Amino acid sequence: MKRQGLTRRAFLTTASATLGAVAVPSAGVPQELGAPRRAYGERSPFEESVRFFPESITPASSYSRTPLQDLFGIITPSALHYEVHHSGVPEIDPRLHEVMIHGLVDRPLIFTMDDLHRLPSVSKIHFLECAGNSGGEQIGRPARDPQRSHGLLSCSEWTGVPLRILFEQVGLKPSAKWIVAEGADAGRLARSIPLEKALDDVLVAYGQSGEALRPEQGYPVRLIVPGWEGNVNIKWLGRVQVVDQPYMTAYETGHYTDLMPDGKARQFTFVMEAKSVITRPAGGQELTGPGFYEITGLAWSGRGRITQAEVSADGGKSWQVAQLNEPILPKAVTRFRFPWWWDGKETSLQSRCTDETDYLQPAREELVAVRGLNATDHYNGIKVWYVHKDGKVSHEQG
Amino acid sequence: MNKARVFILCATIAVVTAAFAQAPTYKLGRPATAEEIRKRDISVAPDGAGLPAGHGTVTQGRRDYQTLCANCHGDRGEGMLQYPALVGGQGTLRSKNAVKTVGSYWPYATTVWDYIHRTMPYARPGSLTPNETYAVTAFILFLNGIVDEKAELNEKTLPRVKMPNREGFVGDPRPDVLTGKVDK
Repeated sequence: MKRQGLTRRAFLTTASATLGAVAVPSAGVPQELGAPRRAYGERSPFEESVRFFPESITPASSYSRTPLQDLFGIITPSALHYEVHHSGVPEIDPRLHEVMIHGLVDRPLIFTMDDLHRLPSVSKIHFLECAGNSGGEQIGRPARDPQRSHGLLSCSEWTGVPLRILFEQVGLKPSAKWIVAEGADAGRLARSIPLEKALDDVLVAYGQSGEALRPEQGYPVRLIVPGWEGNVNIKWLGRVQVVDQPYMTAYETGHYTDLMPDGKARQFTFVMEAKSVITRPAGGQELTGPGFYEITGLAWSGRGRITQAEVSADGGKSWQVAQLNEPILPKAVTRFRFPWWWDGKETSLQSRCTDETDYLQPAREELVAVRGLNATDHYNGIKVWYVHKDGKVSHEQG
Repeated sequence: MNKARVFILCATIAVVTAAFAQAPTYKLGRPATAEEIRKRDISVAPDGAGLPAGHGTVTQGRRDYQTLCANCHGDRGEGMLQYPALVGGQGTLRSKNAVKTVGSYWPYATTVWDYIHRTMPYARPGSLTPNETYAVTAFILFLNGIVDEKAELNEKTLPRVKMPNREGFVGDPRPDVLTGKVDK
């Protein structure tokens, strides 16, 4: 199977050899000493996978997508983590940054980053997924590769202080029912979150896969709201207000609400439901001929652990159980794989998953029958890739 | 939220609140003064809590809108390119081509005020005064036929504006797409 960058990589190898650069022919052993040490690592120059984003006249209010088809395992490299911003990426000096907790509390407090680093911490692996991820699939505009269809999904190890511990420091009043979390970005993006969830598993996170958060992911500190739509995971966290009602901010009324066929819109649809996608072989890739291929992909659920992933290589007529790679963690991405022999004929590949609540990922048609075509957020239908006779894999039936 | 869920939520909060009495405190963080809270807290609730004193008329808003907003959203709020329309769509939410705007879809006038106050104009978020925000909000609501041409909005009248889609939202019924038994 050809990975997308292969042609260009082959070209680079040739070009480098011609120019007498450090690259060596793949069959050879270097005759010269290699490169010296470096203080902050970079990937091999042969690796070119990047985030994708379209041109925009409002680049500070836009997104970039993770190249899921190029990733291994379950952790997204921080440099490839998807982004959605509404007022750009602020540059925040952590020495000046503070998080204020106030509202229906006994002792409103302001925490510095040093305070947060000193408090008891945990590390948890969780996915983040934009509510709008793969929304184009719902309205019948399937995207051509995993990055473009499902790339508003990433998974990292997050380190920080449970929000519950910060609430223990300020003391909650009995009238507390919701919180409003607010970013320190230019637009001070704010979302209301029920106190029940805030006390359950929400983190005030400063670490991302072993180092400080990337600026695009909320440096120096953000909320992680496990399993819930990306937008409530407030980045650049500056303020948490404890309140008695949802504050009905723009992103929980005008946006991220799902308009149903009866004209009513669903609100506070926080959980990202069980979903999966085959990342190899997938659209944009090419099978080099009949024979063995390992099908692999990702499954995740905002309600807990993935208990089963299944693959169909015959247009959904039969489903086979795929192997789940360890670790299988709640509200995290789980990688599945399945051995497959391609006979050289036209076919299709699709996956579906089940989570620990026994919820089974639905087909697009089943979902659309209930939710119609006016809503495009929180879509979790099955994604189908079509394998053509020439080995090309695409999002379109031949 | 049904009564059982409300009960569980209240019970959870009661237990957790009680547990906090014994919870360790680490004596980290400094007290936030009333002045610090006043300066940083810009939240606005749908009942108007948090709205600063101020006022603005449709007439003032028409002028401010032309200077601050029309360049992206168009002279009459029609929108262009990635800049959304602020007007229209009322009566379309059941149709195949539903048009969701501030006028047709947003349930609270306080949300419009809060969003403009936080994020607009696009290139200078948070730069509008409360009075400018009341005025621009009044003009946009006027364009949608929600307030009349003589209207003045302030911290008392804004929360009382009834938006057309105020009753248009429901809670989360999921899981709503059930595909039957899983083959195991």
